[in-house]
Amino acid sequence: MKNKLPNPGLDDRIPSHQELERMEKEEAGDRPKWDNKTQYMLTCVGFCVGLGNVWRFPYLCQSHGGGAFMIPFLILLVLEGIPLLHLEFAIGQRLRSGSVGVWTAINPYLTGVGIASLLVSFLVGMYYNTIIAWVMWYFFNSFQNPLPWSQCPVNANLTDLVSECARSSPVDYFWYRDTLNTSTSIGDSGGLQWWMVLCLLCAWLLLYVCCLRGIETTGKAVYVTSTLPYVVLTIFLIRGLTLKGSLDGIKFLFTPDLNELMNPSTWLDAGAQVFYSFSLAFGGLISFSSYNSVHNNCEQDAVIISIINGFTSVYAATVIYSIIGFRATERFDDCLEGNILALLNAFSLAEGNITEGNYAESLQNLNGTFPETIQSLDLKTCDLQTFLSQGVEGTGLAFIVFTEAITKMPVSPLWSILFFIMLFCLGLSTMFGSIEGTVVPLQDLNIFPKRWPKEAITGIVCLVSFIIALIFAQSSGNYWLALFDSFAGSIPLLVIAFCEMIAVVYIYGIDRFNKDIEFMIGHKPNLFWQVTWRFVSPLIVLVIFVFYFVTKVSSNVTYIAWNPSSEDFPTLEVLEYPAWIYVIIFILAGVPSLVVPGTAMFKLIRRCCSNKNVYGAEVDTVSAKVQMFTTKT
Amino acid sequence: MPSLTVPPGAPPILQSLTVPPGAPPILQSLAVTLERMLVRILVLLYLAGAPALAQTLCQPNASNGYRVRISIKTALGNQAYEWNENEMFLFRATMAFAMRRYYKTETYNVDNIIVCNQTRRVSFWFVVISPENPTMLIPKADVEKAVSMSRHRINNAFLLTDRTLEFLGIYPTLAEPVNPDTPPWLIVFGVVIGAVFAGIIALLVSSLLQKRRKEKGMMEDGQDEEDRQMKGVENGINLDGIYNRGFTDDDRFTKL
Repeated sequence: MKNKLPNPGLDDRIPSHQELERMEKEEAGDRPKWDNKTQYMLTCVGFCVGLGNVWRFPYLCQSHGGGAFMIPFLILLVLEGIPLLHLEFAIGQRLRSGSVGVWTAINPYLTGVGIASLLVSFLVGMYYNTIIAWVMWYFFNSFQNPLPWSQCPVNANLTDLVSECARSSPVDYFWYRDTLNTSTSIGDSGGLQWWMVLCLLCAWLLLYVCCLRGIETTGKAVYVTSTLPYVVLTIFLIRGLTLKGSLDGIKFLFTPDLNELMNPSTWLDAGAQVFYSFSLAFGGLISFSSYNSVHNNCEQDAVIISIINGFTSVYAATVIYSIIGFRATERFDDCLEGNILALLNAFSLAEGNITEGNYAESLQNLNGTFPETIQSLDLKTCDLQTFLSQGVEGTGLAFIVFTEAITKMPVSPLWSILFFIMLFCLGLSTMFGSIEGTVVPLQDLNIFPKRWPKEAITGIVCLVSFIIALIFAQSSGNYWLALFDSFAGSIPLLVIAFCEMIAVVYIYGIDRFNKDIEFMIGHKPNLFWQVTWRFVSPLIVLVIFVFYFVTKVSSNVTYIAWNPSSEDFPTLEVLEYPAWIYVIIFILAGVPSLVVPGTAMFKLIRRCCSNKNVYGAEVDTVSAKVQMFTTKT
Repeated sequence: MPSLTVPPGAPPILQSLTVPPGAPPILQSLAVTLERMLVRILVLLYLAGAPALAQTLCQPNASNGYRVRISIKTALGNQAYEWNENEMFLFRATMAFAMRRYYKTETYNVDNIIVCNQTRRVSFWFVVISPENPTMLIPKADVEKAVSMSRHRINNAFLLTDRTLEFLGIYPTLAEPVNPDTPPWLIVFGVVIGAVFAGIIALLVSSLLQKRRKEKGMMEDGQDEEDRQMKGVENGINLDGIYNRGFTDDDRFTKL
């Protein structure tokens, strides 16, 4: 099929196959290289496998029909995830450059796609590292027994527990008060929290030390950060399975509800999860792939990494829900015990008269004879299914639900330390890709002088990110982070991914791409890749984008806040964003998306308005080919 | 003649029994017997009535009483003991001990603790009566202070805790929080940050050294070439004579 947009001068901008072979043999030492294939695979796996696998996928799985959710997830993994991944790997390996370099080489008007990737990597990296700072805070606080979030603190005159804690729970109090010291609304900034600033500083310094020399240092770090999470997950699985109620959790997670497949939002959520889970469109994967040798089998890599990513999601969901099942059972037992005690006290019955077994019928008998007393007792309804479906995702899962479960396990500090090390490794390995996606385009755009070493540029990026990320260390930091998460990391990525596919298939040319892949790995990509690259994957990304855009624009943008003086406390209060937030939202979501057409227009205008036609000519001399440019007014 | 004077503190009924002096001896001896009987009856009544009186002092929702609720099975599970009269005796003795400790006297006894309204839940009411005046109850506030002072000892006597041996209305004082001088998290933070700084400095220094070594290596190579030229070493053979600088091939080092 000859569907291709005109693209003059492409051959001048990209190395030809012969040049690639030559570069391969001469081993030009200028560009960094992977020490071995394992480093490359571990880095990519680390970038793809992140916090989302642990705290987003299990929630989606459970809320969209359990085992049935696997069906849309796996289908979309194959139709959307793998093709996009293969595309990014192949184009990076072929054009030997980071995201800005690759898109500029395909067509100078496409530089905007690379710049958009740069902006998104920068913004997402800022708030993602703040989550790592929170994880580090919890990690630092895990080295004490009893854990600080296992009991409420006592008030000043030692008469009672602190009221905010007594009304909610020790874990809620520790998260919202001791950690975040959260204010009641996003407008109320509340000043910087010094302990959070320290943790943020620690997180950025640690990231800097690992990314100091680019893949030289990250390549060593990933041996630990990419493998340790699997070890910890296995340890938690073994521990979890020995706890009471864990199998209830796993059963609850995987019980299929096939009716959910009829619900379109299930498919859309599955598509979005596959897309975000693969860390596509950040530019980091293109960069990592460009350090490979030309004949590396990128097709095989894409398939393997996709399978590992999918498997990790399911494995993590199993572990998380075994622990959630344990927590739900503990809560259920406590609730029932409380009710039984209330009944025994009210009717002065001997202990052991009412047990879990005969609770229901005893309650019925008593209700029949003394209904007013039962009413006045205000007994709580204890239902295991309700406790299990208190499905939480995101920071709520890690810092509230899971920490509560840990306090109920014996030797809690050990499990706490292991859990937060795992979260830290998951987050840090994703940050490597983020930094790569920020630093390499900056180098390609020549924003900094070429003399400056990579250490300096990485240092500047980390320093600027740290300073801006101090927003998240304020009292209202949690609300800012939720804002960044909803807008910076969602819509722009979909736009970039769509543009990437159009650029490679229709501007670079799918035929040329097929030939390149045949040159690199030895055989042409088969029919599956052709169909997905040309139609299926772009269509899926477009549908998800339209759905997201329409939902976000049509709904009232609200956020949830922790307000001890609200009526429904401890339920979080739903507040509307103030008007000036819309400016911020536009900067976060609008600017990266609009940079794509914006840069194209800018270059067009510059070329037209300068009225200079640049003629390039080549002269063959004895020593070398000399490029000469003359400008004719 | 027996003295027929009635003691001043005697009850009026006895006083009305006074026989006028000069009465016949039979009347006088009859009066004496009657007097003694009455005294005995009154004493007996008093002794019998005292517990009844005390019993009326101890009532559910009495103004100076406290309700106690004991949950042995919850606290001890399999090793729970049976609650019987002996345990109740221990309770009364422990309470008497608490009162003694609070008032710093040795006048309180088991009899001063009255218990009533025991249920199968194992809950009951108790009041404390003053050892000097059996009709007087010790006020609620004092009993509360005495219990709070010896709460730990009372709990331990029964192998129970504040939660399983409840005095309804007396709240246990909460344990004072342990405040270490340095919060533990700062210590861990210090260790991590120290390691990170050391790592950064080590890597930066090694980068700098690597670069210097590379530059030095390139310079030295260039220097060697020129030296060899100047000293006239050609093909490894030292030539004698002074080298004619007019023929130095400096052009080789000019950059295009």
